[in-house]
Amino acid sequence: MTMLKEGRPTAPAPVEDAHMAPATATGNRALMLEEKLIFEIGSTETTGVDFAQAPLTGSRLGNLARTDVIGLPGLSEQETVRHYTRLSRQNYAIDLGLFPLGSCTMKHNPRLNEKVARMPGFADIHPLQPQSTVQGALGVINELAFWLIELTGMHGVAMTPKAGAHGELCGLLCIRAALEARGDARSVVLVPESAHGTNPATAAFCGYKVEDIPATPEGRVDLEALKARLGPDVAAVMITNPNTCGLFERDMKTISDAVHAAGAFVYCDGANFNAIVGRVRPGDLGVDAMHINLHKTFSTPHGGGGPGSGPVVLSEALAPFGPLPYTARMADGTIHLIEEENVGEEMPRSFGRMSAFHGQMGMFTRALAYILSHGADGLRQVAEDAVLNANYILRSLDDVLDAPFGQSGPCMHEALFSDKGLAEGFTTLDIAKGLIDEGFHPMTMYFPLVVHGAMLVEPTETESKAALDQFILALRSLAERAKAGDDALKGAPYHAPRRRLDETLAARKPVLTWTDPGMV
Amino acid sequence: MRYLPLTDTDRRDMLSFIGASSIDDLFVDVPAQARLPGTIPGLPDHASEMAVERHMARLAKRNLSAGEAPFFLGAGAYRHHIPASVDHLIQRGEFLTAYTPYQPEIAQGTLQVLFEFQTQVARLLGCDVANASMYDGSTACWEAIVMARRVTKRGKALLSSGLHPHYVSVAQTMAKFTGDALAYRAPTLDAATDIDALIGAIDKDTSCVVVQYPDILGRVADLTPLAEAAQAAGALLVAVVTEPVALGAIRAPGSMGADIVVGEGQSIGVGLQFGGPYLGLFACKQKYVRQMPGRLCGETVDASGKRGFVLTLSTREQHIRREKATSNICTNSGLCALAFSVHMTLLGEKGLRDLAGLNHALACQAADRLAQVPGVTLLNDSFFNEFTLILSKDARDVVRTLADKGVLAGVSLGRLFPAAPEIGNGLVVAVTETVTPEDIETLAKALEEELA
Repeated sequence: MTMLKEGRPTAPAPVEDAHMAPATATGNRALMLEEKLIFEIGSTETTGVDFAQAPLTGSRLGNLARTDVIGLPGLSEQETVRHYTRLSRQNYAIDLGLFPLGSCTMKHNPRLNEKVARMPGFADIHPLQPQSTVQGALGVINELAFWLIELTGMHGVAMTPKAGAHGELCGLLCIRAALEARGDARSVVLVPESAHGTNPATAAFCGYKVEDIPATPEGRVDLEALKARLGPDVAAVMITNPNTCGLFERDMKTISDAVHAAGAFVYCDGANFNAIVGRVRPGDLGVDAMHINLHKTFSTPHGGGGPGSGPVVLSEALAPFGPLPYTARMADGTIHLIEEENVGEEMPRSFGRMSAFHGQMGMFTRALAYILSHGADGLRQVAEDAVLNANYILRSLDDVLDAPFGQSGPCMHEALFSDKGLAEGFTTLDIAKGLIDEGFHPMTMYFPLVVHGAMLVEPTETESKAALDQFILALRSLAERAKAGDDALKGAPYHAPRRRLDETLAARKPVLTWTDPGMV
Repeated sequence: MRYLPLTDTDRRDMLSFIGASSIDDLFVDVPAQARLPGTIPGLPDHASEMAVERHMARLAKRNLSAGEAPFFLGAGAYRHHIPASVDHLIQRGEFLTAYTPYQPEIAQGTLQVLFEFQTQVARLLGCDVANASMYDGSTACWEAIVMARRVTKRGKALLSSGLHPHYVSVAQTMAKFTGDALAYRAPTLDAATDIDALIGAIDKDTSCVVVQYPDILGRVADLTPLAEAAQAAGALLVAVVTEPVALGAIRAPGSMGADIVVGEGQSIGVGLQFGGPYLGLFACKQKYVRQMPGRLCGETVDASGKRGFVLTLSTREQHIRREKATSNICTNSGLCALAFSVHMTLLGEKGLRDLAGLNHALACQAADRLAQVPGVTLLNDSFFNEFTLILSKDARDVVRTLADKGVLAGVSLGRLFPAAPEIGNGLVVAVTETVTPEDIETLAKALEEELA
């Protein structure tokens, strides 16, 4: 063995098999550190924040002083930083690599946007400050609204919805208000089988009966079935375009015309707007309402599951019914916030307020910075590169993976594969877990529901060709292993912080909060 | 374009590999009349990072930020000092740029945070269980009303006059479409809350009573009699907390019998941000857990027997149940929940109690000083860090005039309740640890001048 004279080895002995590594006493594996819960490492005596001594004033708490032990452990600042840093390292993220979660548009989150959102003029203002003191913030809302209207070719935009599903709610409430305003009560909303689960859930939440519209073998809305179902009881049709099979609904304009002729409205789920931004305007396709997920197309961070932001662009027919509050630029250049107080004159038919304040301001600043960075030319390039990347993946893998709609032409921003052709007993889940070992986040799996064992791959435009090639290499290898019946794949992942987790146990005996074992 | 890695050579090579002659071939499914031939006219092209930063900074400067002025606004959004490590940790890319933990093997960081968050929230609110968060307090409040309907199979909710008027508006908007009946009236300027009136109004059709604690005027009252009365009639008590720091000083609604406790978590770890994104808190009794909306994180084990966490009870949710789901909610406020949890971990029980004590003491000082101003009367007998002053004239005008003088005096009841001019002289003043004795003195002097 090569060794310095004091006995320190300077070159390793050859290793036979890295998987034979012995267990460690701590459970840690070098940089992969196990981290206990704050309830196991903190104490109610410890704090990481110092405060000035409170002046002695007596108490006016109405004899309601809290005397029980709350049970909130504290950590010093150092321990806090270490706890969350260690936990962060157990997460996959866009910053680490390609995150091809179909329908989620996991694109790069520019750091300029984080910096901008933290400017005190945006981050440290109260939603109920006098309007004269927040003209810049209202200006951001107004400027972003302008861009969203121009990019979609629509008439107006409701900025307050807090996420995509909240935007769906907003759109359906507008539709319902518009129908009621003309004395036309309708009870049914039509939703294609391939829709996101939020579509039928939202329609039901608004009191509508939901009916499915079948898909054609080509993966698109069945136009004839839709036309046959339209009638005086149908309030709206909810269509995702591009749809969740990654295809553009070619008949969209025909569908819209038929829906309008039947007196109903077209709601478009805009989750996949990234594929067409700058190249197609939904307003030109007859759409009446569409939410835009700012956290998808306009890159505000997904944050481990939110916050999102879901402004809704509206047609001329629906705009008067949109929610409060909203902004309006006056002739003198000042921007007014229209709320309950002044709504009477400004927007008498608004359906009302759907969240406490003005929407996700922290997301508006980020989205506006993103939009201004790209400009009209850059946004068009976004759609083109997103679609190009997806087609590159589709055509690089359709010889080893079944692409159910691969024959019907190019895909849009996401490539759809199925589990057809895998060896007996091998599933989409095995391929997904294998991808984890290969260093990638898996694609969306088992969605859309219209394809068995669906794998929906959305690379986005912010991936380089080299990154795509590496991903293709990994997915190709996994497809080959699953077709060859490589049993080792069924144990994947081997190299993640955890092996496959028992979801059945979690649901059967839900443990949703921590209990001190000593207290049980 | 700095965010787009493909080069023109890459694009050519990839198109050729696909067998497309140009990018237009990939948009062939778009009907010809809907294809835009080039960039949308009238919009600027791409801009440098510096240019965008300059543009946004110019807009930011047109706002008067809370740190630049004596600042006393609350009414559902509170300014607290956020330790630097909170913002540092939530900007770890592994948290910031991850998504909903659909693949738990590589999302244990987010999942463990959510499990810790749920436990912190449940304990703070005094409930058995909490979910992984909602959009904000107002939407969480509406979801609680809907959940009470599911549990009780009744459709009439009694809303306290002390409930935040915007929360009431949200509920009224939704109720128009769902057919729920809501009983509500604007508050009157009394030192006592309307709990006795609410108890008297409960009947066999009542699904729930919704009461805010501390309420919109800052008043605090024991919820125990209300909980007992509601439950005796087969209804639920929904308590709403818009200032969770208060629960470091006053009893938790869950411990007074509330069945569901919802709240706005913004004041811990999440900045003011002009109203969003905020953090909806949602907690309830164990027996109602399967009727809860939103994501839930649960403990389990992996195939090797190690403890781990997963999203669970998803059979309540839209992606499984579609139109039969308990809610249409898909995202939570993940990053805001992280900020809340980090801040709460830094505070710990000791820090939270110190913070709450400091807020209350400063609020007591401010209330005493401001009540000495001629033309000002203090409404409250009891409060935590927020109270209502009755001025000798319309508070909206006073707030605007003081803002022009660089003092952000509070929230006028005229702004909150435009349809109730009889309470227009009310001014809701919040005093947190960020307020200095000099700020209080500045506000007192400014009110003296304005009301003289």
